[in-house]
Amino acid sequence: MKLKGAQILMKMLQAEGVDTIFGYPGGAVLDIYDALMDTDFRHILVRHEQGAVHAADGYARASGKVGVCLVTSGPGATNTVTGIASAYLDSIPVVIFTGQVPTHLIGNDAFQEVDIVGITRPCTKHNYLVKDVRNLAKTIKEAFHLARSGRPGPVLIDLPKDVVNATATFKAPGEVRMRTYNPTYKPNIRQLQKTIDLIGKAKKPVIFSGGGIVLSKAHEELTRFARKAQIPVTSSLMGLGGFPGTDDLWLGMLGMHGTFRANMAVTECDLLIGIGVRFDDRVTGKTDEFAPNAKVVQIDIDPTSIQKNVPVSVPVVGDCRTSLSMLNDLLEKIDQEGTDEKREPWLKQIHEWKSTTPLAYKQTDTIKPQYVIEMLYEITGGEAIITTEVGQNQMWAAQYYHFTEPGHFITSGGLGVMGFGLPAAIGAQVGAPGKIVVDVAGDGSIQMNIQELATAVQYGLPVKVAILNNGFLGMVRQWQELFYQRRYSSTRFEHAPDFVKLAEAYGATGLRATKPEEVKKVLKKGLETKGPVIMDFVVAQEESVYPMVPAGAPIKKMLLV
Amino acid sequence: MEEQRHLLSILVDNEPGVLSRITGLFSGRGYNIDSLSVAETVEPNVSRVTMVTHGSPGIIEQIKKQLNKLINVIKVTDLTGMHYVLREMALIKVNAKSEHRAEILRITDIFRGQIVDVGIEHFTVKVTGEPEKIGAVLNLLKPMGIREIARTGCVALPRENGTSNKNA
Repeated sequence: MKLKGAQILMKMLQAEGVDTIFGYPGGAVLDIYDALMDTDFRHILVRHEQGAVHAADGYARASGKVGVCLVTSGPGATNTVTGIASAYLDSIPVVIFTGQVPTHLIGNDAFQEVDIVGITRPCTKHNYLVKDVRNLAKTIKEAFHLARSGRPGPVLIDLPKDVVNATATFKAPGEVRMRTYNPTYKPNIRQLQKTIDLIGKAKKPVIFSGGGIVLSKAHEELTRFARKAQIPVTSSLMGLGGFPGTDDLWLGMLGMHGTFRANMAVTECDLLIGIGVRFDDRVTGKTDEFAPNAKVVQIDIDPTSIQKNVPVSVPVVGDCRTSLSMLNDLLEKIDQEGTDEKREPWLKQIHEWKSTTPLAYKQTDTIKPQYVIEMLYEITGGEAIITTEVGQNQMWAAQYYHFTEPGHFITSGGLGVMGFGLPAAIGAQVGAPGKIVVDVAGDGSIQMNIQELATAVQYGLPVKVAILNNGFLGMVRQWQELFYQRRYSSTRFEHAPDFVKLAEAYGATGLRATKPEEVKKVLKKGLETKGPVIMDFVVAQEESVYPMVPAGAPIKKMLLV
Repeated sequence: MEEQRHLLSILVDNEPGVLSRITGLFSGRGYNIDSLSVAETVEPNVSRVTMVTHGSPGIIEQIKKQLNKLINVIKVTDLTGMHYVLREMALIKVNAKSEHRAEILRITDIFRGQIVDVGIEHFTVKVTGEPEKIGAVLNLLKPMGIREIARTGCVALPRENGTSNKNA
């Protein structure tokens, strides 16, 4: 069958089970957009290419499928870079198709030409420039395979205009075979046995779970494992939802804005089992004083994550779910009689930390942002998908919304992209149509991709945005307050849009709360209203996120409320 | 931690952009490349990169893992501590006034080099060996005045097991 490159692309997308494409057309992708007209794909026309990648990212996390983006060459391609880098640091499977000038013009500084393969080399799992239409089908197949297997990540394919316009005989490619790529799913059983032995000896063990649990959908295995061995669980920001946030063994998040009990437990533990985590600096603080008394087990599918930041006693290369399921089998063989009694002093100590120093804030007659999140949790029964922007809003959402399932907390954890939350919410809503999706935002970050509100309105995607409006770039202001003698350099917005009117201008609904007693009412109304809604919560201006570990300090040195 | 010098032999897909993926990895993560040499192998679609790098043991471990993670990297072999043959070539353009000509020829001869270009006021000396040997030649030629040098960087292959002393 002779097909044009653009048609081959459509065939391959169908074969990969794609149903939605987030994109923005332009000169170099006209042929692809034309071919799109003859297919059933749902194309979501975003308002900025950055939004397309964040939306594909949110879609991937909410649906468990690979997110797909399509943009034009030059500025279309460069606008995707922030989104790609974010997906890369969070290991999210996204495939990005960029248009490119015709092959004979490449290198000529042609109109809307940019070396996007060169630009995105360090922030993609892999990328391709397709120079011959005969290689197109195989390349697409490989790209999807790479994006979703092993440690997932974004893969970019650059498509010159003449390549998608050329014809070739189309034959569906067979299974992907790459001699250079073969991720290890099944861990070494001896390493797991060592882990089990260490658990047997440990008096104060802690599990530290991360994004790997969410990505490999290992939450059930993790829960079974933790309960069986009676080991308390903390997690990174990316790991939230990988273990029920309502469980007795749950310690809360670890690190810079972690809970007192999580940071103390890790500081005092004698065994730390890291699963699907990379021991990022926001978690470890000063590495020399991180879990100083502990033997560390680290389970990860990516060997580069192991021992990158902290020394590890038992490295385990393998998929989180496979590893946990094998650990559970090993545990089954051991008599667990007496485990409860053995753990009692440790769990009692943790309970004491929890009751003396819980997460807390002082209620006043202005709205406290933490209160908004608490009410949001209460009203949605913990069932909503929460996306966030970046900064204080992100940390309060992480602290006060208790996630019980993976795929419900969608945040730009590694790169920390302001402007992530709204397009990610749009993607999540497309990927999980029946769900309530709420973007927890700040008045700063919401303005970074506010144009995507038009996308939500156009496609009737009922995303809700809760702006914690403090008139500041709150997290930067907080650092200035604590470490720069309250010298608020360029963090106060002296002018801001009226978010209610802005919502209305976009054809969405706008609501506002200015007093604590209005919070519940506005949330209820906002969630009940059909279509996209912006809820503007005018909150205390100089509220800070606590606990806080100053950058580079040991995690036990927490600033508390 | 103490810095170590490592000799890596890396088999990669012979494709455009692969070298840039490797060097980009090193510059992006702040690793060091002391020397680098790349050429096709007997399989035309495979190239061999021979690299000398240095770093603490933790960094060396990361370098090897990160290289392996690159999709176009087929195999990374750390030759350090193994038996291997190591060679580098240098072309040295050195001032050759009449009173120095005999001396230069003698030095070249001792190091089993060759004069590959002769001018009225210069010789170009070709010398092959381990980097230390090339360093020694350069030292001896220095007093005559070295105009230019071009070095290839190291290439290396493991020896068959037990046929020789460590990197002799």
